[in-house]
Amino acid sequence: MATVDLKNIRKIYPGGFEAVKKVNLAIRDGALCVLVGPSGCGKSTLLRMIAGLESITEGEIAIDGRMVNELGPAERDIAMVFQNYALYPHMSVYDNMAYGLRNRRMPKPEIDKRVREVAATLELDHLLTRRPRELSGGQRQRVAMGRAIVRNPKLFLFDEPLSNLDAKLRGQMRVEIKNLQRSLGVTSVYVTHDQLEAMTLADVLVVMNAGNVEQIGAPLDIYEKPATLFVASFIGAPPMNLLPLRHGEGRAALADGTEIGGSGLSLSGEATTLGIRPENLFLVTNNDEIGGNAIFEIVIRAIEPVGAESFIYGDVGKTRLVVRVAGKTAMEPGAKIHVGAKVADLHVFDDAGIRI
Amino acid sequence: MTPRAIFPNKFLPYLLLAPQLAITAIFFYWPASQALYQSMLREDPFGLSTQFVGLANFRHVLNDPNYLHSFQVTIVFSVATALLAMVPALFLAVMADKVVRGRGIYRTLLIWPYAIAPAIAGMLWLFLFNPSIGSIAVMLRSLGVYWDPLLNGPQAVILVVAAAAWKQISYNFLFFVAGLQAIPKSLVEAAAIDGAGETKRFWTIIFPLLAPTTFFLLVINTVYAFFDTFGIIHAVTGGGPGKATETLVYKVYNDGFVNLLLGESAAQSVILMVIVVALTAVQFRYVERRVHYG
Repeated sequence: MATVDLKNIRKIYPGGFEAVKKVNLAIRDGALCVLVGPSGCGKSTLLRMIAGLESITEGEIAIDGRMVNELGPAERDIAMVFQNYALYPHMSVYDNMAYGLRNRRMPKPEIDKRVREVAATLELDHLLTRRPRELSGGQRQRVAMGRAIVRNPKLFLFDEPLSNLDAKLRGQMRVEIKNLQRSLGVTSVYVTHDQLEAMTLADVLVVMNAGNVEQIGAPLDIYEKPATLFVASFIGAPPMNLLPLRHGEGRAALADGTEIGGSGLSLSGEATTLGIRPENLFLVTNNDEIGGNAIFEIVIRAIEPVGAESFIYGDVGKTRLVVRVAGKTAMEPGAKIHVGAKVADLHVFDDAGIRI
Repeated sequence: MTPRAIFPNKFLPYLLLAPQLAITAIFFYWPASQALYQSMLREDPFGLSTQFVGLANFRHVLNDPNYLHSFQVTIVFSVATALLAMVPALFLAVMADKVVRGRGIYRTLLIWPYAIAPAIAGMLWLFLFNPSIGSIAVMLRSLGVYWDPLLNGPQAVILVVAAAAWKQISYNFLFFVAGLQAIPKSLVEAAAIDGAGETKRFWTIIFPLLAPTTFFLLVINTVYAFFDTFGIIHAVTGGGPGKATETLVYKVYNDGFVNLLLGESAAQSVILMVIVVALTAVQFRYVERRVHYG
């Protein structure tokens, strides 16, 4: 159990590519920190730097208050779960789990005790003599987890551990990882590109883009108050509607001239983009609902019923808009409807993509 | 399984196979059958008459102390050559795998010796180690080694083993490099995190995962040492001194073409044929069934 502190971390590859730009991050003891971002955003590089698998160009990494920049991966007292699990194919499940303990010269009976304990927690007891290739994807994943847990490290590192599993198993393992992490209380850093995984797992969520940290915070805070346009578009499914705004003062309007109806919306001159989450939009049926709301007239283009909810795709002026409604809807493509959102639910961003 | 092509015409497949079949028949089946036939004949010293003697040639060959000695020489030679060709190749491959810059150049340079013809390689080594004119021989002598492979049997063996292995290192290197590349980097990283040092990682992770490559090369190198080293031995020692470097293949040549004991030479080549069939069977049985990890 430990804290992790990253100070001004940079990574520049020999070719000159800057994968990570000045990242500062402090993870408190026992927290599950999720690094999320699109591929190539530097999240895996950052994780590998914490692991000691990648050199640090600039900055300091401290685990439990101790600077680890110059320490090898073995001396950092960490355990890592890889995307492809990286199980040793020529060893049994038992040996895979015992390998790290043997390397640390733990007495045999102790190794045996620990491996069996962890195997029991992960329901791997009956698989201990099997080779990795004789296991299913979910079982391999569990062995990889077991290999990390059995070492009882200060820090867990997860590099997209669920991306090789099918959707159903992924959901299941997600819950399992969260429960395990909670009950063990080991500080963890978890890398994923899946925003659903990020939202559900994280105590602290770090959204990264192009080597920069865009926002750090609790998942729901980030969801409700995205600091940048990138975060707004990346977190949430379906993604937030982003409407370009007309420049200048006066009545609020979109860039293509479409006026925004309703009352209570006042935009500063710097506002260039208006963000509205699909679930914050509601259908407007009468004029009573105008107060304190922004109203848009949309032409329905398509409807996607998903069962518990439906997504209405429509055009406001020339911009595509997605509206989430509960249950089924009787509306048809081609129809004109009015949708509104509370002014308090709107997100406004300036030219540089920063939240206003 | 790839789907089988079905030919509507019965003769077309045979027609398409004909060139390959003709080559195999002319250059393999016919000489092989001749060898089998020849191995059961005895010829008079002037080559005027032949006589059918059944298995007498085989009986004679297998009871001949010279032949058994040649067998021993071959085994020592093969084991030594295979080891000497594989260990440095593995070492070089591991080193080349670590190089980040100029990887391609190292690999290309290390592959070159394979392109040298056996006889040329033999001459090279012969010149370097020739007791009277060889530059390395001079150095050895100034170091106090009494170097004379022309008279000293073990030294002659060392020389041909070195020459034969040197040529094969490149080939093994190539396969070891490919084998190393096939090992996922994350396994090595996982082992590093698991607290295994570099040497330990090599012996507990990399070496076991290279086992299929190593076994394949062991068979290939044995076959090479058995059958493809004639050129080197012929150029370097000619089987001597005495019979110190006379391997089975070299003895077939010596007995057949130098001593003109055609029947016995043919019997020896039949025995070699059996050995090569056995080795090929081993290779097919174990090597073709590649171990798949995943």
